[in-house]
Amino acid sequence: MSHASASLRPAPAVPRNLEQFPELHPPLDPQSAIAEANRCLFCFDAPCTGACPTHIDVPRFIKKIASGNLRGSASTILDANILGLSCSRVCPVDVLCEGACVLHRYNKKPIEIGRLQRYAMDAFYAASGGVAAPFPVPPVADRTQKAACIGGGPASLACAAELRRHGYPVAVFDNRAFPGGLNTYGVAEYKLRPSDSLREVEMVRSLGVEFRQADVGVSVSLEAIEEEFALVFLGMGLGAMERLDIPGEDLRGVIDALHFIERYKTAADFAVGKRVVVIGAGNTAIDAANAARRLGAEEVHIFYRRTEREMPAFGFEFAHAKLEGVRFHWLAQPVEIFGRDGRVTGVKFQETSLSGTHAGGRRKVLPVPGVFFECACDMLIPALGQSRLTGLLEHKQGLEVSGGVIVVERATGQTGNPRYFAGGDCVNGGREVVDAVADGKRAAAGMIARLGARHG
Amino acid sequence: MANLTTNFAGIRCPNPFWLASGPPTNCGEQVMRAFDAGWGGAVWKTIGDPIVNVSSRYSSVDWAGQRMMGLNNIELISDRPIEVNLREIADVKKRYPKHAVIASLMVESKREAWHDIVKRSEDAGADGLELNFGCPHGMSERGMGSAVGQVPEYACLITEWAKEVARAPVLVKLTPNITDIRAVARAAKRGGADALSAINTINSITGIDLDTFTPRPDVGGLSSHGGYCGPAVKPIALHLVERVASDPEVGLPISGIGGIGGWREAAEFMLLGCGTVQVCTAVMHYGYRIVEDMIDGLSNWMDEKGFATIGDFRGRALAKITEWKHLDLNYKIVARIHADKCIGCELCYIACWDGAHQCIHLDAAHYAHIKPADLEAASRARIAVTPIAKLGTPHAAPSTTPPERIPHVDEEECVGCNLCWLVCPAPGAITMEQVPVGKQSESWHQRTESHA
Ligand SMILES: Cc1cc2nc3c(=O)[nH]c(=O)nc-3n(C[C@H](O)[C@H](O)[C@H](O)COP(=O)(O)OP(=O)(O)OC[C@H]3O[C@@H](n4cnc5c(N)ncnc54)[C@H](O)[C@@H]3O)c2cc1C
Ligand SMILES: Cc1cc2nc3c(=O)[nH]c(=O)nc-3n(C[C@H](O)[C@H](O)[C@H](O)COP(=O)(O)O)c2cc1C
Ligand code: SF4
Ligand code: SF4
Ligand code: SF4
Repeated sequence: MSHASASLRPAPAVPRNLEQFPELHPPLDPQSAIAEANRCLFCFDAPCTGACPTHIDVPRFIKKIASGNLRGSASTILDANILGLSCSRVCPVDVLCEGACVLHRYNKKPIEIGRLQRYAMDAFYAASGGVAAPFPVPPVADRTQKAACIGGGPASLACAAELRRHGYPVAVFDNRAFPGGLNTYGVAEYKLRPSDSLREVEMVRSLGVEFRQADVGVSVSLEAIEEEFALVFLGMGLGAMERLDIPGEDLRGVIDALHFIERYKTAADFAVGKRVVVIGAGNTAIDAANAARRLGAEEVHIFYRRTEREMPAFGFEFAHAKLEGVRFHWLAQPVEIFGRDGRVTGVKFQETSLSGTHAGGRRKVLPVPGVFFECACDMLIPALGQSRLTGLLEHKQGLEVSGGVIVVERATGQTGNPRYFAGGDCVNGGREVVDAVADGKRAAAGMIARLGARHG
Repeated sequence: MANLTTNFAGIRCPNPFWLASGPPTNCGEQVMRAFDAGWGGAVWKTIGDPIVNVSSRYSSVDWAGQRMMGLNNIELISDRPIEVNLREIADVKKRYPKHAVIASLMVESKREAWHDIVKRSEDAGADGLELNFGCPHGMSERGMGSAVGQVPEYACLITEWAKEVARAPVLVKLTPNITDIRAVARAAKRGGADALSAINTINSITGIDLDTFTPRPDVGGLSSHGGYCGPAVKPIALHLVERVASDPEVGLPISGIGGIGGWREAAEFMLLGCGTVQVCTAVMHYGYRIVEDMIDGLSNWMDEKGFATIGDFRGRALAKITEWKHLDLNYKIVARIHADKCIGCELCYIACWDGAHQCIHLDAAHYAHIKPADLEAASRARIAVTPIAKLGTPHAAPSTTPPERIPHVDEEECVGCNLCWLVCPAPGAITMEQVPVGKQSESWHQRTESHA
């Protein structure tokens, strides 16, 4: 395999300059934006729109860029997706809108929808200073029932904005220092910066959404929330990362991927190791590995217990990591972490093999008996996926949790309990920002229908 | 290899590609560089009593991200003294004896003034004289340019004055800003013109600044109408050339001008009877170097078609233009959509529904004859079930177009207007095909005659 031989060469140095995280998809300048916008065919009933989970009217906003109506372009986007800014930067467009572009079947290069969307969003935030509401918001009528959104991530923000646009008062409860969920704390720096995530939060606030900092279930009980609010939207995302459960996990220098990302994004003095090992090959593992490279790690090694074929990361994320100089090692799982003076110094791996194809299932990982090897490192980043976070809901009547995620009716986000709706990672088990936004929007529609019905 | 050497109304040159009178032919240094690049002739920037220009002078129409689909100018004739222009003409002719240098002239409407400028131009060695009766801005306010070209009697009279002393061929450059261009073409012929050039620029206002409300080009907060040229005017120019070329009362060689930027346009003007073509905007946009492909492309096309000289195809399209009343009412074509080439943009569908005859349908997905708004509503409703993109799928788009996105044509209802074929972005996805109607060909003329 080509990447295997590439991994033997020393990784190229990452310049430690002012901008360690130049953007993955830099903005378009006005001239290229217009040229790109004009390339769009303006399809009728456009398939790109259908492939966007939030159904942004893609040709409409693109043609508004071409006509020089940037304000209208931004409203078109925000009307469908209130987090149009972050989505334009973090969406895996290859498998969404751009993947569906008809030009794949024509001259092959799809329209750069993501970058055009970013162009319109940047213009919107530059013009409004980031806080002007993109559309008129009706005042709250006194007797109107209130809604609460638990968690301040994309799902809740979308739900809250949609409810507010329809005249409902809504409060968002988030337990972090800043709202925004993984948009603020999780997504890779070269895609979305915390400041941009927070600009979006401010825009949602400007619609009249109230933000309260509280850990629901700890500092505020669900019962207290039920007393104040007629309906509740659950958008808590997922929990902490899963542990490796092997000896040595508490040594200094062992830090799970989410914490690692959160720290480097928010702590100015955060120092990365020289030789970093990442365990796992999902998108989060790749984000952490790329970040480690850019922060100055000389070597970054990803170990995965299956092979490239089973790797859960998107193909373009994998390709990107190889460009960053991250080296991949397949068919190995960690069994022990070594340390000296309380600090990690290396990991012991056991080689694995895969069982024959399972009917309908993934191939099973089989440790190869007696075959071990060691890898020295001064930082170890497990990236095994996030745990499911539903303890809060254990005693909620009717609320069904299956496989760690909340069960809802897809079209309305309605859970088994009539006062509870849910969406985002806590429902889909951890997918994309845009899926969380779409869930929040659908749930808001479901909640509005419900509140409307109550008012008779 | 095709022979492009040209004899146009007695003016000889290596090829039929001339620079039109304008900024590219302002001075001798430029014209010599143009000849080095391959141009066969040059019509000098119009010579007359030096004028004073304003700034700015140009504005343009951009289209779909492309620059200068149409160009507009409010520039006047040459701002350099007559002697300087004539001295440089003499210089160019000395060094490039085989290339055509045509002096474009515009002076006061006085017999002596015209006699004087014609004689001096010929003394300088000009191979031909082009009387500028066309500029629609500025000069016309002073009784020159299109002020002459719009009044057949004036055009005839001044042509006569020029011909009284001229030994070299006299070309009259026609303005398009007139109801019937043939009136002036005939007047020029009566005055003794040896050839015609058509067209000069078209009166225009290209656009208005939406912040200052000043039309472009902005001259200190005011503007003035200008003359329009560039790719946008080609269809108008072709039509006017055809009017003149097919008029039995005119019968003069024509130098075609208007929106020519390459060999294809040149061939089109020649198929309508032009013996040479002139280029201005395209050179202003890209430089003299464009002539290389004009020569190369035209020669290759002629070789392919078996034409040895331009005379072999000049005017061939004229016989194919007739009055509407002679067109065959029983010729029927219909649109056919080829699923294997269709990319599923549905532009033909919306074009036929909103802009034609509601006969393209998307009923492969079993809803019959669904209207555009209903189709959109159905898609919007699907947001509730939009699937979460699968991990690891390289592209959400299938490499073949989903059948429900491939429209089909109700051939009974199709009127064969061409619209869907014109809007379709995918080559070969729509073809217009003749269908038998089982009737003899019959024109409107024949039908009404026989009923009479
Ligand atoms: C490292 C990483 C990189 C990613 N990169 C991308 C990417 O490039 N593109 C992409 O589209 N997606 C990406 N994702 C996925 C994306 O971030 C999530 O799908 C999305 O943020 C889910 O939104 P959410 O609102 O459901 O949850 P979250 O964003 O997780 O927000 C939930 C919020 O609720 C808070 N909360 C939880 N419990 C409580 C409680 N009891 N009381 C109060 N507050 C609570 C949490 O602290 C958090 O702030 C990435 C995820 C990770 C982990
Ligand atoms: C196919 C077609 C048919 C037209 N038929 C008529 C007509 O019957 N009567 C009329 O006054 N104008 C007719 N027009 C001219 C239009 O009304 C309009 O003046 C012209 O198209 C210029 O406008 P536009 O290019 O901006 O669309 C027609 C135009 C087109 C394209
Ligand atoms: S599918 Fe592509 S070409 Fe068509 S509207 Fe969408 S972006 Fe434009
Ligand atoms: S040719 Fe005209 S009428 Fe026929 S299908 Fe195409 S658009 Fe419709
Ligand atoms: S315009 Fe052409 S490519 Fe588009 S749907 Fe129609 S036939 Fe297919």
